[in-house]
Amino acid sequence: MATSLPPTYDRTGQHPMSPDVDHDETARFNFLTNLNVHLNQNVFPGNRSAFENRVSPKYEKETGHALKTRQQVRQAMLGDSYYQSWAALRRNTMEQRQQAGRHVVLRQLDDLIGRAKQFNAGKDTLQIDPNAEVPRYLAAVDNHCMPGSYYTDVVEDDVLAGANYETGVFITTAGSMSSKGDGGGRSIVNFVKERFPDFSPKRILDLGAGIGVNTLPIAQAFPDAEVVAVDAGAPMLRWGHARAQALGYENVKFIHADGDALDLDPNSFDWVQTTMFWHETSTASIHSMMKKVFGLMTPGGLFLNVEQPNFTPETPLYDQFTRDWDAWYNNEPFWSKLHVMDVFDVMAKAGFNSSKMFDGGTEADIEQGQFQPWSSIISRHKAELKDDGGSKHNAYKGERWYLFGGWK
Amino acid sequence: MNEIDVNKLANAKAKGKRPYFFDDPAVERVLSITMAVATELAVNRERLDTVERLLEAGIPVTKANIDAYRPDDDASKDRQQWHADYIARILRIVHQELEAVENESLNEDPEKLADDFAAG
Repeated sequence: MATSLPPTYDRTGQHPMSPDVDHDETARFNFLTNLNVHLNQNVFPGNRSAFENRVSPKYEKETGHALKTRQQVRQAMLGDSYYQSWAALRRNTMEQRQQAGRHVVLRQLDDLIGRAKQFNAGKDTLQIDPNAEVPRYLAAVDNHCMPGSYYTDVVEDDVLAGANYETGVFITTAGSMSSKGDGGGRSIVNFVKERFPDFSPKRILDLGAGIGVNTLPIAQAFPDAEVVAVDAGAPMLRWGHARAQALGYENVKFIHADGDALDLDPNSFDWVQTTMFWHETSTASIHSMMKKVFGLMTPGGLFLNVEQPNFTPETPLYDQFTRDWDAWYNNEPFWSKLHVMDVFDVMAKAGFNSSKMFDGGTEADIEQGQFQPWSSIISRHKAELKDDGGSKHNAYKGERWYLFGGWK
Repeated sequence: MNEIDVNKLANAKAKGKRPYFFDDPAVERVLSITMAVATELAVNRERLDTVERLLEAGIPVTKANIDAYRPDDDASKDRQQWHADYIARILRIVHQELEAVENESLNEDPEKLADDFAAG
């Protein structure tokens, strides 16, 4: 099978906060990125062959009936030697990526903290709360194998989590998020501008924004809006705020808070955005935070979420199994539960009117240069989702990003 | 100046039970170490490639020049192709297993074949 080649790491966008990534560290990132690509493009598809040619037939022979649930598929696949090889290699590559990114940041941590302080000092656009609670869904497991997750301060005024996140997202996504890692945010802007051309929000809230990598394209697209990025991880926000300042964004405020304890003015946001956020929370928090979101929104405001589409009765069992992989083996356990939740029902219980809900998809925002073909090529999820029966509202046709939401 | 143990923190375990996929976890440990060594060989290969390109360009091969080197588009693509080829070589056994899964005719038992051939 032909393999498309990702860009080398030195092609990524740099800014005044970017860590120094030396020659050998760049080479290490390049190897791990290529390994990730190889596993996705050349090894992962073989799992389906193993499933169809031996796992499924073996199960039927032994039990006298076909596989009926994704849990049964998972248990059956765990016994297959080909799948074991892929899964062990993928898990190990995720761990290596964390080690590589963290080492780059840790060896220059003092310098990075110093630079962040210069950008952050005296700015009321960064609000760190030393008493903010870490929600249990973050405290109990380090999402996608990031040691210390989003919230751990290794030292005072730490930025490790944020700097490591930005540095390594290139490897994790094999460069598919574009040179600045902000492909998701730019795609959201495209979706909103295309679907709602007259929409002109004055206040925008990005909940679970992390370092704001996908927040900044929104702030750029609506330069007159006041944008608020909220996250439960202080080192993410210290880094994200310094990065935003370094890139010249004056209209983005970074606020440290557990989403459930968020204390902002009611009826004050014209747009509340979440991007790949809910799958890292919990059932109780989705319900309570969506209620909170509804209260924070202005009447006529937009609630928009990027997530994987949920399973439908038409979603093939094998696809359900593969889309659960990161839940079980990349430390994002709640994802397996979110996959079968009715998010529109949660929205309705939070106060949204069913007639004003929608969903849909948008393609990756295509970038010029070496990332241009690449950004649109590599997407493990896209390949999987092509077979999907679509979501409840059937407006999603397997594009790169799935979005759901509603108007208040 | 913060006193931190860089290697200990870089290597830290993520919270959450680690999955082991092979029947014997020892296999997974060896695979993990092997892939780490494979990574470092790839890093050295990229460094050697830089040395070769500096020599070709008549640029003095110093540590500073190696670290300052940025590949042009052609060199960047050549180096990525090397990684892709290298990874395909080291994961040969995985791809061979897939071939065997997808094509039963590749899996005839030699003991059975010996008996078959002996029988004419």
